[in-house]
Amino acid sequence: MKVRLTSLLVGAIALFTATIASAQPSQLNLTRGATDISRQVYDLHMLVFYICVAIGVVVFSVMFISIVLHRKSRGVKPAKFHDNVKVEIAWTVIPFLILIGMAVPATITLIKMDDTSESDLSVLITGSQWRWHYSYLDYDVEYLSNLATPREQIYGRLPRTENYLLEVDRPLVIPTGKKVRFLITSDDVIHSWWVPEFAVKKDANPGYINEAWTRVDEPGIFRGQCAELCGRDHGFMPIVVIAKEPADFEEWIRGEEQRLADRRAEEERLLSMEMDKDELMRIGQQVHLSQCAACHQPNGQGIPGVFPAVAGSDVALNDRARHIEVIVNGVAGSAMQSFRNNLSMSEIAAVVTYQRNAWGNDTGDVVQAADIHNHIQGNQ
Amino acid sequence: MSTITDTHSAPAAHDDHDHHDHKPTGIKRWLFTTNHKDIGTMYLWFSFAMFLLGGSMALMIRAELFQPGMQIIDPHFFNQMTTMHGVIMVFGAVMPAFVGLANWMIPMMIGAPDMALPRMNNWSFWILPFAFLILLSTFFMPGGAPAFGWTFYAPLSTTYSTDSTALFVFAMHIMGMSSIMGAINVIVTIMNMRAPGMNYMKMPLFVWTWFITAFLLIAVMPVLAGVVTMVLTDKYFGTSFFDAAGGGDPVLFQHLFWFFGHPEVYIMILPSFGIVSAIIPAFARKPLFGYASMVYATSAIAGLSFLVWAHHMFTTGMPTFASLFFMYMTMLIAVPTGVKIFNWVTTMWRGAMTFETPMLFSIAFVVLFTIGGLSGVMLAITPVDYQYHDTYFVVAHFHYVLVSGAVFSILAAAYYWLPKWSGVMYDDFLSKMHFWCSLISVNILFFPMHFVGLAGMPRRIPDYALQFADINAIVSVGGFLFGFSQLIFLAVVVKCALKKGEPAPAKPWEGAEGLEWTVPSPAPYHTFDVPPKV
Repeated sequence: MKVRLTSLLVGAIALFTATIASAQPSQLNLTRGATDISRQVYDLHMLVFYICVAIGVVVFSVMFISIVLHRKSRGVKPAKFHDNVKVEIAWTVIPFLILIGMAVPATITLIKMDDTSESDLSVLITGSQWRWHYSYLDYDVEYLSNLATPREQIYGRLPRTENYLLEVDRPLVIPTGKKVRFLITSDDVIHSWWVPEFAVKKDANPGYINEAWTRVDEPGIFRGQCAELCGRDHGFMPIVVIAKEPADFEEWIRGEEQRLADRRAEEERLLSMEMDKDELMRIGQQVHLSQCAACHQPNGQGIPGVFPAVAGSDVALNDRARHIEVIVNGVAGSAMQSFRNNLSMSEIAAVVTYQRNAWGNDTGDVVQAADIHNHIQGNQ
Repeated sequence: MSTITDTHSAPAAHDDHDHHDHKPTGIKRWLFTTNHKDIGTMYLWFSFAMFLLGGSMALMIRAELFQPGMQIIDPHFFNQMTTMHGVIMVFGAVMPAFVGLANWMIPMMIGAPDMALPRMNNWSFWILPFAFLILLSTFFMPGGAPAFGWTFYAPLSTTYSTDSTALFVFAMHIMGMSSIMGAINVIVTIMNMRAPGMNYMKMPLFVWTWFITAFLLIAVMPVLAGVVTMVLTDKYFGTSFFDAAGGGDPVLFQHLFWFFGHPEVYIMILPSFGIVSAIIPAFARKPLFGYASMVYATSAIAGLSFLVWAHHMFTTGMPTFASLFFMYMTMLIAVPTGVKIFNWVTTMWRGAMTFETPMLFSIAFVVLFTIGGLSGVMLAITPVDYQYHDTYFVVAHFHYVLVSGAVFSILAAAYYWLPKWSGVMYDDFLSKMHFWCSLISVNILFFPMHFVGLAGMPRRIPDYALQFADINAIVSVGGFLFGFSQLIFLAVVVKCALKKGEPAPAKPWEGAEGLEWTVPSPAPYHTFDVPPKV
């Protein structure tokens, strides 16, 4: 029996070690990251890790020597000692000194990490269920960043691609060599903005603003995830940051400002235009799937007791004004957020039209961007 | 001491009356019992049932995480599983197991006839099944069970939760009441019912560690009750404790919760220290090294446990000086914890060891708990904690201290005292199978989690990026192996309960010390009607 158990144990350990050894180094350890701070954090991690391993080796060695030598089957007689003041003082004082050795570099690094002064650029990061909103405070640029992995990959109907669950439609873009300050907050529950390669993880607390910063040396793409449980789609809220050379960054930000200006002009133009119902339904379905389906589900059925159904609901069948109001301003005290700043008026019009005519909701209603505009004007 | 002797001479006069063991039979015996052994048994069975239930939820989690992609359950149900797994394991499995052990062993270890407050003892057990019935009934509500994690951070648990929150809060209140009553009973028993001659520094360490644990319980359970009530009023009665729009602060929730939560961590490990401090000397046939320093170290850990709560909150945006304070305090805990580990190893040194199953679990406890403790030191370092926080590194850390720590010590205790409880020796072969299967699988289950956490996998996610796939598959296999290994333990215990096995002598372990080994096996229904002389 003993032999069988031992060979089983050895086999299991061998299999286990083989699998671990075949993995890429980055799959097994903390990243060194892309910033001076992240490398300091990595060095600190390795320092503490080696100290812990050394302590473990010493303690376990003594123990296993004891297990081998001091067993009754070898006919040893047990010793009787049960106290030794000198030894006990030693193993209280020595660990204390080791801890001081770890605390000093940790303190120095922490003070640097928490110093957000003298930044070159500030980005307001707002978490909401389940996307990130980036707003460049020094420029007229803001946008939402959503998971870009299609549902078909998540549910296994399409093969999963390389950056599965770590890809977004609009990444955050920052310049290299500049101190970028992140102001982090939330619209609803607590999220946490984490990019391992920057060693930045900061909670997004609703109603409060946290600060963090980074200075990236080289251009690159960096991926992270929301790190605080934030509800159903917590696992589907990635972060992608692209670092560009300052000149490329300037070019990108000018392009973004232009794009936003164009979009506003288009919005104005669409106000006076009627879109036909097919067009509205087509855009509306896209908006529903990207913005609404996480809670209300692609079939509009919601999740009973958690997220109300849109299909067959009183609001979607009868109360058109309320329907628009809920999407424009959200519902206070619930998970339903305001989409006024996240969607254009034509997109809101399209999704209202879609929800009033899909899944057996046969109101025949057609809502135009002008209706949304009027609703907002009426409110103000 | 004379007063204690006097009070005990009265029941001793009724000796022949008491010795009839006249207990009701059937269900009434268990419903109305005030006997510490019956209540201890019920606590232990309840805890084991909850352990299997919470474990099956963990297996659901591991099944979903076996491969990337969503295969088996919906993300919302996944969150219900992580939440209920945590709540059930903490409040349903680990804590009641320790209370069960306290009930069985403390009176026998200090030479008392029963717990000091036997009727309250009955009540503190019997409200527990109802608390868990209420909690589990939420699975049948629209929207299902709570899905905000066992830490129920606001506002996910207030504005954004389903109505199961109300029942969750009520269940937590009942569990808290049960724990407080259990703790009061332990303290009153230890302070008043020790046999003549058993002064505090002669008490077995299991009694000492439980004594300190009970004070921790009384200190922090009311904080938990307060914070769940604030969640309830924020959700239903318009208060804004945790809502910035009404002048509150969501981070206040975390301060309150972890002010309970960190001492709670020690509530779940201090009794383990006591168990291991009983078992290692017994099988090393050598007195425990540094008894007094064990007592002081336990007290130091308990005291420091009130000053470290915010190390769970380094990323919430605390001021730098606060982060530094909590980092230093947390690191300091390593000193008394180290003292304990060194004491156990030195107890083994130059002993004459044998390796019966309780000893095997205790040695595994010392090794694996030390690994969990060392990763705890790593987590204490604030700048690196920014990287570890809320990843699988943390999951690995606390499962090392809670599963291969607390649960292994409970299993060690069960094997150590099963002969005393049941009167028969457990099946040695099955118990060794149980140990080796558990030891190997628990490491396949939790050790790779360190790597996947360092590589950047957040905890509490139902689906993950492709680079985490290999390790998650290994972890899931380990999870199922560990889960099913526990059924071997069930077989062992059932065999003992059915009295199938060799009859156990009063003292089955050569090196064991303590009053519990002076009474016959199985322990009679009433023990120490006349207090022993120590």
